[in-house]
Amino acid sequence: MPDLGFSVLWKGKNFARLMGGLWVALRISLISVAISIPLGILLGIAMTWKNPVVKALTRGYLELIRIMPQLVLLFLVFFGTTRTFGWDLNGELSSIIVFTLWGTAEMGDLVRGALISIPRHQYESAAALGLDEAQTFLYIILPQTVRRLIPLSINLITRMIKTTSLVLMIGVVEVLKVAQQIIEANRMSSPNAAFGVYLAVFILYFLACWPISLLAKYLEKRWQ
Amino acid sequence: MDIEVIRSYMPLYRTAAWLTLRLGLLGIVFAILIGFVCAAVRYRRIPVLRQIAAVYIEISRNTPLLIQLFFIYYGLPKLGVRTSPAACGVAGLAFLGGSYMAEAFRSGLESVAPIQTESALSLGMTNGQALRYVVLPQAVSVSVPPFMANIIFLLKETSVFSAVSLMDLMFTAKDLIGLYYSTTESLFLLVVFYLFILLPVSLLGSLLERRLRYAGFGV
Repeated sequence: MPDLGFSVLWKGKNFARLMGGLWVALRISLISVAISIPLGILLGIAMTWKNPVVKALTRGYLELIRIMPQLVLLFLVFFGTTRTFGWDLNGELSSIIVFTLWGTAEMGDLVRGALISIPRHQYESAAALGLDEAQTFLYIILPQTVRRLIPLSINLITRMIKTTSLVLMIGVVEVLKVAQQIIEANRMSSPNAAFGVYLAVFILYFLACWPISLLAKYLEKRWQ
Repeated sequence: MDIEVIRSYMPLYRTAAWLTLRLGLLGIVFAILIGFVCAAVRYRRIPVLRQIAAVYIEISRNTPLLIQLFFIYYGLPKLGVRTSPAACGVAGLAFLGGSYMAEAFRSGLESVAPIQTESALSLGMTNGQALRYVVLPQAVSVSVPPFMANIIFLLKETSVFSAVSLMDLMFTAKDLIGLYYSTTESLFLLVVFYLFILLPVSLLGSLLERRLRYAGFGV
């Protein structure tokens, strides 16, 4: 059995460095999710309004963000806006901006879907029982919406984590970049390190996303 | 923005878009095949194969395409499995898309209540007839929206192909920005070409969804 580079992982601080790289990617996605969720809730509520101007604006925003690959959005912010407006953005800040814009759009759509999925008779029954509008929203609509929403938003977190792997392409030093550095540095001593190190990155991403997916699936089944 | 620059870049982008489209479609076809097999295996509850499909779906859905491509392109050759960049792109897309397609098909098949198959069989239909005339028409109408969403998702995912040195749209844009500093023109063409590929698919998706919405029964 030839050396496939697994030993490189344990040399010196290599594994700690990989974990540090993974943390950079996770940090970007967690910050973006934390900002996207409240903004997305507001967007989703706005999308259910009947006002045609609000409707056109929110719809346009959603479609525009969702049709573009996230990598294109990253390029637009990282290369495009810096050139056009002359400001200075580092890769990490650009990625947080892009993932927040994207996450807000996705979250907004989820919230809108959850809100309109509540059947009309729920509103009518609440009114018949003498609840006012605020009470209806607080006691009837909100609890049902939240139950539908939580598994979907947890899924959004895993999608966010998977998408952060793209930040490599605008020069953020995250787990894949660290992996490349480790492979390069050990090219002479273990020429096959690429297999072991990239497999480790693959497994790390899986371990970061899988438990979250399982939680989402569990909640979805439980709250059905 | 300089119109002359845009005109001179057009051929480069056209070649790149063609590459994106060709590899993307090829990957999607394989993804559909993989997804179909996985969904069938799970629907028919074939032992062993069913567990393998379940493990594959979890792995594929919980890792990013970029990491999958890096592993296939840079990792696997160390085991002696050498692939060309194009084959690697298609393989990665098929590996990622297979699980998404499987879930789309499965959600359709599972949306048809067992009582429908039982009723069909009690009416004297054979297994094949029940599947062909009762289950599939309803399953398809449920599967179409996620199926179209997956196609758009996979076409968008092709944007990471440049990581395995494929000269796709992203590669071309980055190259031109690096070479000539023509950021605005390069990014403008990038957006236009992606819209050109993705907009028709997206419109077709919403059209199909509207046509098929009422095809389901008892959903």
